[in-house]
Amino acid sequence: MSGMKSAFSFDGIQIAFTSGQSIMQAVLDGGGYIPHLCYHPQLSVHGSCRLCMVKVGDRYLSACTTEAQNGMQVENQISELRELRLKLLEMLFAEGNHFCPSCELSGNCQLQALAYELGMTHSRFPLQYPTRKRDGSHATVFLDRDRCINCEICVRASRELDGKNVFSLSGRGSDTALQINSEDGRLGSTDLIATDSSARLCPVGALVFKQGNYAERPNERLYDTHIISETGNRRPAVVSGGYPELGE
Amino acid sequence: MRDKTDKLRRIAIEPVTRVEGHGKVTLLLDEEGRVVQARLHIVEFRGFEKFIQGHPYWELPLLVQRLCGICPVSHHLAAAKAIDQIVGVETLSPAALKLRRLLHFGQVLQSHALHFFHLASPDLLFGYDSEISKRNILGVLHKHPQLALQGVKIRKFGQQIIEAISGKRIHGIAAIPGGMNKALAPSVVSTLQTSIREILPWATQALELAKQLCLADRVHFDGFASLPSRYLSLVAPNGALELYDGKLRIRNSDGSSYIDQFDPCAYDQLINEEARDWSYMKFPFLIAEGPEQGWYRVGPLARVNNCDFIPTPKAEQARQEFLALSGDPLVHGTLAYHWARMIEALHCAEAIDLLLQDSELCSDDLQRQGQKSNEGIGVIEAPRGTLFHHYRIDDQDCVETANLIVSTTSNNHAMNESVRLVADAKLSGREITPELLNLVEVAIRAYDPCLSCATHAVGQMPLKIELHDVRQGLLHWLHKDQRGDFVAA
Repeated sequence: MSGMKSAFSFDGIQIAFTSGQSIMQAVLDGGGYIPHLCYHPQLSVHGSCRLCMVKVGDRYLSACTTEAQNGMQVENQISELRELRLKLLEMLFAEGNHFCPSCELSGNCQLQALAYELGMTHSRFPLQYPTRKRDGSHATVFLDRDRCINCEICVRASRELDGKNVFSLSGRGSDTALQINSEDGRLGSTDLIATDSSARLCPVGALVFKQGNYAERPNERLYDTHIISETGNRRPAVVSGGYPELGE
Repeated sequence: MRDKTDKLRRIAIEPVTRVEGHGKVTLLLDEEGRVVQARLHIVEFRGFEKFIQGHPYWELPLLVQRLCGICPVSHHLAAAKAIDQIVGVETLSPAALKLRRLLHFGQVLQSHALHFFHLASPDLLFGYDSEISKRNILGVLHKHPQLALQGVKIRKFGQQIIEAISGKRIHGIAAIPGGMNKALAPSVVSTLQTSIREILPWATQALELAKQLCLADRVHFDGFASLPSRYLSLVAPNGALELYDGKLRIRNSDGSSYIDQFDPCAYDQLINEEARDWSYMKFPFLIAEGPEQGWYRVGPLARVNNCDFIPTPKAEQARQEFLALSGDPLVHGTLAYHWARMIEALHCAEAIDLLLQDSELCSDDLQRQGQKSNEGIGVIEAPRGTLFHHYRIDDQDCVETANLIVSTTSNNHAMNESVRLVADAKLSGREITPELLNLVEVAIRAYDPCLSCATHAVGQMPLKIELHDVRQGLLHWLHKDQRGDFVAA
């Protein structure tokens, strides 16, 4: 059966998949889009952001962790899922400190782009105004934990793509926070370099470069001119410190 | 009685959190009924100096431009100039410098047009005691449609320049550490070149109108809140009017030099600020003169009074006429701010015309690099006066301390004094009239439409005047609500 082409229904469209592929992989390979933040095709699956929840029959399943099945009926663009995703996004905004007007990633930020996509106008949850520690100790990379959404992409990228172990998540529940794996806990004491994938795949403005910022005017940035469901999650080279783009 | 006064004051300064549009004036009478104290209270707390602490320095131009929706470019560029120093760039590339100058000229032009046409002209055209429902830009549009439309289009042109360079008319992105992010496309320059041909004659006409309105009642023009004062501004090394860069010059009220070519980065050796418990706005003063005597004025009047010449021909001709007609040797009338403002607007239009002929605007040589330091001071002439941004960063590249002296702050004492002069001259009996209320607004408005209480567009300027007697406490108050209706006690 391995390698045999099968198909499932995705909002009424037939999506072909290879055995072992997740719903997410199959949809992305087929040119479709399911909202997501913690998924990255080059990395192992994390399944934490829950934005990729789809409805299969009467069950809600995360598309990135659910294997595609032949004949499966998958619903994605339905109002009940939109409402659930909207709440998740609102919680992410409420528990961080996402001041978009001055953020380097504004216009190229996947969190912001998804908020636009889903029509978010405000958060219904109390804003937490966190004051987590920023880390500017590295020569070229800056960490703002208040913008971190704990997606763990940097953690996995460091281990799986860079062959390093710079980042980890520690703590539980609302205390979960990104930690730096060095003796003094500072980014500047690690072997992270600017060309590392882990420094370039952050979907929000938590990990940014210290130089080369704001290279584009408003209305010229990726998600100023495209909605994320058209382009998929993508971080352009201009916000990756000018290094070659890492495609999703 | 004191308790009663305190209580009423407390009610009056209930936090009104909108960024613009709120102020309170209190007047204190002596036993002869003379106004001995006038206080313009700024009742909003912004807190920018505090909450930008901890943010990485490269975010500053975008963060601090949110201080203002009318002159964000000034804050954007002042912060950028400070950050140039932090990244060790002393000299920008010619292209970056020209783009910043063009951006700033566009900003000053649109801001001056906004103030003159939208905010000030209703008073000047219709009279201070004219029907309040018509004393606004809509009234000007109805009575003088061509004039009003020109004003709107002059402002629009300034905003188009800002949008072309920074991507948005308000709160765009242009200046980056050591330069600018993007050049102008030749097609954009060509479009702007076409537009400026129309703007130049309109700016000339606007200046002529401002002059006529100011001189229509010479006694009133000379006497209304006339306030001999020192003037502070940047000037070029050769003494020319300078909006983007230069050194500090201060003239005494008699025109003599107080200080000249003073390094703006040493501003803290020259200026200090005093906090008073009745206003969130500080009172800057010249350290050598002390808080009581060391106040000064900034803005268009200060710049035109201070400079030796304006480096564009029509504006220079207008400056000479301005000083010849009303200078002794400097011009001190508060209403002269309007005239000086439109001289500057014409200068901006002329300067924009010249810059748009420069092919370097399209050059991609936009950024320089240098040796990083931990401190930067950016000083610029914002539309309403000299603007200081001072930042120190820590070893994490985050802001440790920030000090911002915005233009309006420097005019704080002068605005209070102008209000006192107007109230003293015009207050008849002990009952405040709507005319008096508007005259107080006129005096404030001449300085700065960005001031919280100076936004009176379409009659919406919530302002409260309280009249206190030294013996009896609060005598009377008059309040104009959000709809422009008067409510009296």
